Amino acid sequence: MINQQVDRSKRRFLVAATSVVGGAAGVAVLTPFVMSMLPSERAKAAGAPVEVDITKVEPGMLLAVAWQGKPVWVVNRTPAMLGKLPAISSRLADPNSDQPQQPEYCKNVDRSIKPEYLVVVGICTHLGCSPNYKPEMGAADMGADWPGGWLCPCHGSRYDLSARVFKNMPAPLNMVVPPYKYLSATRILVGDDKKGA
Amino acid sequence: MSAMQKMVGWIDDRFPLTSNWKAHLSEYYAPKNFNFWYYFGSLALLVLVNQIVTGIFLTMNYKPDAKLAFASVEYIMRDVEWGWLIRYMHSVGASMFFVVVYLHMFRGLIYGSYRKPRELVWIFGMMIYLALMAEAFMGYLLPWGQMSFWGAQVIISLFGAIPYIGDALSLWIRGDFVVSDATLNRFFAFHVIALPLVLLGLVVAHIIALHEVGSNNPEGIEIKKHKDPVTHFPLDGIPFHPYYTVKDIVGVVVFLMVFSAIIFFAPEMGGWFLEPDNFIPANPFKTPEHITPLWYFTPFYAILRAIPNKLLGVMSMGASVVIMFFLPWLDRSKVKSIRYRGTLYKLILTLFVISFIGLGYVGTKEPTPTFTLIARVLSVIYFAFFILMPWYTAIDKTKPVPERIPE
Amino acid sequence: MKKFLIALLFAPLTVLASENVHLDKAPVNLQDYASLQRGARTFTNYCLTCHSANYMRYSRLQDIGLTKDQIKHNLMFASDAIGSRMTIAMRPDDAKKWFGMAPPDLTVEARSRTPDWIYTYLRSFYRDDKRPTGWNNTVFPNVAMPDVLYTLQGQQVLKDAANGGNADQPELVLAVPGKMSAAEYNATVGDLVNYLAWMGEPGKIKRMELGVMVLLFLGVFFILAYYLKKEFWKDIH
Repeated sequence: MINQQVDRSKRRFLVAATSVVGGAAGVAVLTPFVMSMLPSERAKAAGAPVEVDITKVEPGMLLAVAWQGKPVWVVNRTPAMLGKLPAISSRLADPNSDQPQQPEYCKNVDRSIKPEYLVVVGICTHLGCSPNYKPEMGAADMGADWPGGWLCPCHGSRYDLSARVFKNMPAPLNMVVPPYKYLSATRILVGDDKKGA
Repeated sequence: MSAMQKMVGWIDDRFPLTSNWKAHLSEYYAPKNFNFWYYFGSLALLVLVNQIVTGIFLTMNYKPDAKLAFASVEYIMRDVEWGWLIRYMHSVGASMFFVVVYLHMFRGLIYGSYRKPRELVWIFGMMIYLALMAEAFMGYLLPWGQMSFWGAQVIISLFGAIPYIGDALSLWIRGDFVVSDATLNRFFAFHVIALPLVLLGLVVAHIIALHEVGSNNPEGIEIKKHKDPVTHFPLDGIPFHPYYTVKDIVGVVVFLMVFSAIIFFAPEMGGWFLEPDNFIPANPFKTPEHITPLWYFTPFYAILRAIPNKLLGVMSMGASVVIMFFLPWLDRSKVKSIRYRGTLYKLILTLFVISFIGLGYVGTKEPTPTFTLIARVLSVIYFAFFILMPWYTAIDKTKPVPERIPE
Repeated sequence: MKKFLIALLFAPLTVLASENVHLDKAPVNLQDYASLQRGARTFTNYCLTCHSANYMRYSRLQDIGLTKDQIKHNLMFASDAIGSRMTIAMRPDDAKKWFGMAPPDLTVEARSRTPDWIYTYLRSFYRDDKRPTGWNNTVFPNVAMPDVLYTLQGQQVLKDAANGGNADQPELVLAVPGKMSAAEYNATVGDLVNYLAWMGEPGKIKRMELGVMVLLFLGVFFILAYYLKKEFWKDIH
């Protein structure tokens, strides 16, 4: 009943061709499902650039705002705080910000556009916790040589007041400085640094 | 021995891979004369997979909360990337499931696939159909539109017709005095977890039972009666794989063309698949002017409305579904397939099909006196088809059935 | 029988309109961006004060050919972000007090009412002193909404049996002209309804374009699958 006179190569070609087209169909069907898990329009709208009025931040204080749902800190650093920054270079993992953790215009010791205002994404580069602000120099629980900065509660990573990580910490990198720009002397826009718009 | 064979051998020592492959595909012998009607079984399986996969992705963004449900569906339609496609695949898929299942059941009807020894295949199939109705009904509440709300309100109120316990029962089903957030939340649980599990289990049982007794065919002849003396494979059978797998691929592609055409060009299907009133959020204070269930329920809905007594109406509607379970024992004909049945049976079957489709149509219309009268006549025909079956199948003049499947 | 079944399953349903009023055909053309843009402007100017479109984002208007700046400067009144939704300041509870019911959200109104209904409805207001708003409508009798477009259309009155008209075919007659001619007004409402139809499902055109590709692909797949089946079934006699 099974005919032995079979054109094997034709059969093989048809099986291969159908498999390829069927496979392509499978991938094509899969794509929308995979894509549907990307951030939606709502998430994108919530992730739009945010304006911050920096006059609200008193000297030495930290203001946290949400950008893309992440905490973004705006810190008003006093001259005393800024003065400590160059001196501790030897204790830091990346004092000159060589790693691309900031826009080009913030690749300086202050990691900022205007030295007094630090803008940084408040997420530890180790495993994503949000570090605690420890601004007092030489605080009892941080040691006498503490220059002020952040301590991550999860695994103890320490950052200075430019959000640069100390040497030999679980965290490998400095905290991220987001793109931002000054709209006026008192307002900044976090999430967008393009000129014009 | 190639690496591939080695691996299969390793698995076979621990898991019946090859033996299952043979039992259900490469050495599952199916009659060689399957026709058009035999596509709908594998298509039903395909649609089931479609519903499960799209359903999983919909739950990622859907909110089973009366305050959020409607908005979350529009969120899926607009804000989620490709969400509209996944939602339409699911909503059109629901209707296509019933299209495929009704055609599949009709196939069983005309070729006598429910007859001995396939009674359990039919019973499992009917249980799948029941579970599917519950699944579709509960799923239709989830978009929380006007039709969702009032459809659920009406159907749950049907349980109130049961004497003594009715009101308490419908209160228990709703979990509130009206259809509410509590109802939505529990229907969500049933729709996404409980009933899909039941459905999957029943589908497995349906296929195991089928593969135990073997498939019927358009001739209604048992191919197992004539086996090759050496191989013991049925002489009129062919291995399911590759012959019916390649054939089913053709069926699948044609089905996908119809399915895609609806999804991409008419996902509402002119109001048959997505009702216009369901684009209005549920409002417990205002019933839509024209409330009908979706098309796949309308034959039974028409029977319900045809009877001017609440309890009797509900009982008749229930009976119209339950009576199908008894088909294997109602049919007394000497033959299975319609091909060897007499004129009497063909006539009555035609009347039955007309009554089912007619009831479906009347069920979408407002119950005017004319339509109510039509519904009553059709309901009588519907039930007569089953109740009189032992009589007319016994006296029907059948033709002699050949021993082997004709060339 | 086969044909009968298929005819039933795929027969297009005549829309379940229970009203017996005659509906005019709305000039819907989702590819006419100029019309959609005019409609969007009418919508934000006249509708979006009482009616929300809560599921619609302003940024989506880029799909009908508007730039972000155009949307921000011409269509958005509040200083919302471009990604925000078309919400309104009026609270539903207040609206209920003022109108007797909260004006419905209009995002998917065209999908429930049909564009033809809205097109006819917006051109069927007439003066009626018996109504608290002073307005009535032949398509939606005793509607709670007043005619917000009357400065454009003018004021119509109903000519029926009571005031010298035909009892069987009451007609609307323009009593006080508005800023627009009848043709201009019809075009404005047509653009608005076109916009509402688009807003009901902004991805509709894209959906159909994709559908053509999918069907072409399946056509190729069908040919291959058909020959594959034929090749294997040569074995079967």
